[in-house]
Amino acid sequence: MSGSWFLSGPAPREGAETGRAHIQRLGAPSLTGAALIEALERSGLRGRGGAGFPVSRKWRSVAERRGPRVVLANGAEGEPLSSKDRVLMRHRPHLVLDGAVLAASAVGARQVVLYVGREHFDAAEAMLRALAERPPRERRRFRVLRAPVGYVSGEETAAVHFVNRGIALPTSTPPRPFEAGVGGRPTLVQNVESLASVALIARLGDGWFRDHGTLLITVTGSVGRPGVFEVPLGTPLGEAVERSGGRSHAIQALLVGGYFGGWIGAGEAWNLPLHPDRLREAGRSLGCGVVAALPASACGVAATAGIAGYLAEQSVRQCGPCVFGLGAIAAALGRLADGWPEPHDLVRLERWSAELPGRGACRHPDGAAGLVRSALTVFDEDFRLHQARRGCMMDRRPVAAGAA
Amino acid sequence: MGESSELVGRTRPGATPPRPRGAPPGFSLAFDRIRCDGRGYCAELLPEKVLLDEWGYPIATPGPVPQHLLDHARRAVSACPMLALRLVEAPSSR
Repeated sequence: MSGSWFLSGPAPREGAETGRAHIQRLGAPSLTGAALIEALERSGLRGRGGAGFPVSRKWRSVAERRGPRVVLANGAEGEPLSSKDRVLMRHRPHLVLDGAVLAASAVGARQVVLYVGREHFDAAEAMLRALAERPPRERRRFRVLRAPVGYVSGEETAAVHFVNRGIALPTSTPPRPFEAGVGGRPTLVQNVESLASVALIARLGDGWFRDHGTLLITVTGSVGRPGVFEVPLGTPLGEAVERSGGRSHAIQALLVGGYFGGWIGAGEAWNLPLHPDRLREAGRSLGCGVVAALPASACGVAATAGIAGYLAEQSVRQCGPCVFGLGAIAAALGRLADGWPEPHDLVRLERWSAELPGRGACRHPDGAAGLVRSALTVFDEDFRLHQARRGCMMDRRPVAAGAA
Repeated sequence: MGESSELVGRTRPGATPPRPRGAPPGFSLAFDRIRCDGRGYCAELLPEKVLLDEWGYPIATPGPVPQHLLDHARRAVSACPMLALRLVEAPSSR
């Protein structure tokens, strides 16, 4: 069944798969429209952008609306540790286009917007080249826009806002994009990997996906060969780390899901399956499929402070709780990491991170708060030592980023 | 209980919840976090449901607004100088 995986086919060094090779390898999709939505429901496919919302439900909510609708294929990968979307677009652009076309016909949209991060040069070039290979009547439906660089640019209301008004900032909801999105029309915003999964399910069926489905992950940090890997759904986290060249050092914890994901202690993480539903049952989140390994020699407090500082800086400063609450969290973490905390910083972190969720227009503060709460649990002892100003002998360099 | 249009206060066009049918539905508070500027009138007028964080931004206690507080909630909605507070049919997402 490996012939049906995203990244099977020509080797990455050969560049993007051409339209002809793509059709020779996979044939044309056999499921479309309502039958496809039903298959997606049975497949259990969840969105791969981070939120993990069931794809079939999203499609139905747009399909049920009246009037013209729009599909927005989201390829703005703002998460610093993640590269899987750009790798997918760069190598298998036709899978993404297939998914977008299938989505458009299933939800009743004529217009498709392809939203690709401005910094993803190769991915955008591959997508444009692939688009030029498609038949003209299909090509005419597409509009390609480049998303501004920024963590929040890929958030779905920000993407819609950018298409409408050139401002990639989240908007208040309601209305959500499925109610009023691009041009005020009901809009399906779907991550490019989710669309590529749809393109495979439309050919091989939902049974195939349940038994042999895969996902793209970005493995980074303290591993031998950081990069993007395709693994079967349900692969244990430890195995994913081994696949990427294994541990380069003893590992104390994994950051799973990206900056808006959570820390899991290595012992507990090793056997957890990389599967959105299983992780959810375990109170975790697959997020955007990032697995970052923190070596035993590193300071978890400092690593978390680095991430929280970045997230606070990436706040687009529209909502008070995100500006002040997240800002205060990042500052307290910074003081703790540096060894000069104020007397109650640890207690305040507990409270602030509990108060933050649900208090922004988008989920940016929720993600940051979740990350901090997981750190407080996993690095509990280190936090107490830092609060007690006992000094920290650990390596305080940031978590390795940018595995391309 | 009065007409639902009284209950919802000032809202953006199109954001008014549909008129309830049958049994009166519960209402909960919805904040427009982008509009909210932390003036704090809501916490003053409805302390049972709204607390403020140390920067003056509201934290709503979970659950719908109890029936006996609806008048106060309505007052808080109309007092918000930023038009950032609404009453929506429960359950509220945030």
